[in-house]
Amino acid sequence: MPVSILKQGPYLIASVQSALTDTEVIDLRDSLLAGVAKHRSRGVIVDVAALDIIDSFVARSLTTVARTNRLRGARTVVVGIQPEVAMAMSQFGLRLDEAYTALDLEAGIQLLTH
Amino acid sequence: MEQDTRAVENTAVAHDADSSLLRELVAHLRDERTPLREEWTRRITEAQLLSVMTSDEIFSEVTAVYDNYVDALETGSIEALEAYAKNLSERIIPRGVETHEVLGVVLLLRDVLARSLFEKYQKEPNLLTRVLDAYEPAANRIAVTVGVSFVQERERVIRQQQLAIRELSTPVLKVRDQLLILPIIGALDAGRARQLTEQLLNGIRENRAKVVVIDITGVPSIDMPVADHLVQAVRASALMGARVIITGLSADIAQTVVNLGVDLSMMQSVGDLQGGIEEAERQLSYEVTRTRDQPGELGE
Repeated sequence: MPVSILKQGPYLIASVQSALTDTEVIDLRDSLLAGVAKHRSRGVIVDVAALDIIDSFVARSLTTVARTNRLRGARTVVVGIQPEVAMAMSQFGLRLDEAYTALDLEAGIQLLTH
Repeated sequence: MEQDTRAVENTAVAHDADSSLLRELVAHLRDERTPLREEWTRRITEAQLLSVMTSDEIFSEVTAVYDNYVDALETGSIEALEAYAKNLSERIIPRGVETHEVLGVVLLLRDVLARSLFEKYQKEPNLLTRVLDAYEPAANRIAVTVGVSFVQERERVIRQQQLAIRELSTPVLKVRDQLLILPIIGALDAGRARQLTEQLLNGIRENRAKVVVIDITGVPSIDMPVADHLVQAVRASALMGARVIITGLSADIAQTVVNLGVDLSMMQSVGDLQGGIEEAERQLSYEVTRTRDQPGELGE
């Protein structure tokens, strides 16, 4: 899977290395949900800086992760959305409801720790 | 085969006859230079064309165009006339001369000259036909050249101005760490709104901004597509982790936005730029205080 998930204290950090197939998106979603339960994490950061495209399926999966995590008391931050990707997403009306967003990993960690 | 050769010879002969006619024609136009120029100027004034220019100016331009025109008829080369037309367009476009005026003026010259040829040759209808055959294609080509030069020059000016407006219009300014201001001046269209969004997003990334104040005090009106673009810009900024505060919505624009039913729920809006900056500073935990009282302000 082109995603590595690291545990960093009370947080999980998933960084996406390259474009994802639908199956890999589902794997990522399931691993994150399982990881939060296993490590009793308080926050999850998903770094998507390597993605040139975020389609409706990816957006919905991220929203699902955020919503599920919230029910378990963990916050989800999506970081590293590129300007072109952000523009395309807003044009197509794709939203990441219930997920927090931050510029990059650093800003994401800052958002969770403050 | 033989017939072909003869046909070619005939054409050559006809061509020779044409060019000798054209020479005669040019000589006639040179002889009649003064009355024809005056006639042309009179017709221009009568038709109320080039109303932004004085009659002296019209007459001197008319003289130059007339001479170039006759030269072009004689040599068949329109380059000199083209250059002059371009130069003329550069001078008169900033004064607000319209396309229909320029075309009208050129067509008037064509008419004036044709009329004079008609008067000269009217007793010899055959010759007149051949003179007009020689004159008309050349004259039409010249009219097209002048018209096209004018329109091209106009389009060049318009393109240049659009470029200038585009470059000037959307600065993204950093006022504090993590705080950007985007003042928008002038009417927004969909193209400009898209470009603005692009600059905003790049600005957010470069400056690592958390809050952006978009000030639209200088925007006279807003329609549905533009409102949508603004909403998109705000959403896209949110995806990059930056909040947007919109300031300076005039009463008119606020009413339009309400009437259009644009969903502004994710948009924070503050009355004026000062309020917007204060709110942004509050969100970023900045505190601005005066270090001492200003003299004369508190009636000492």
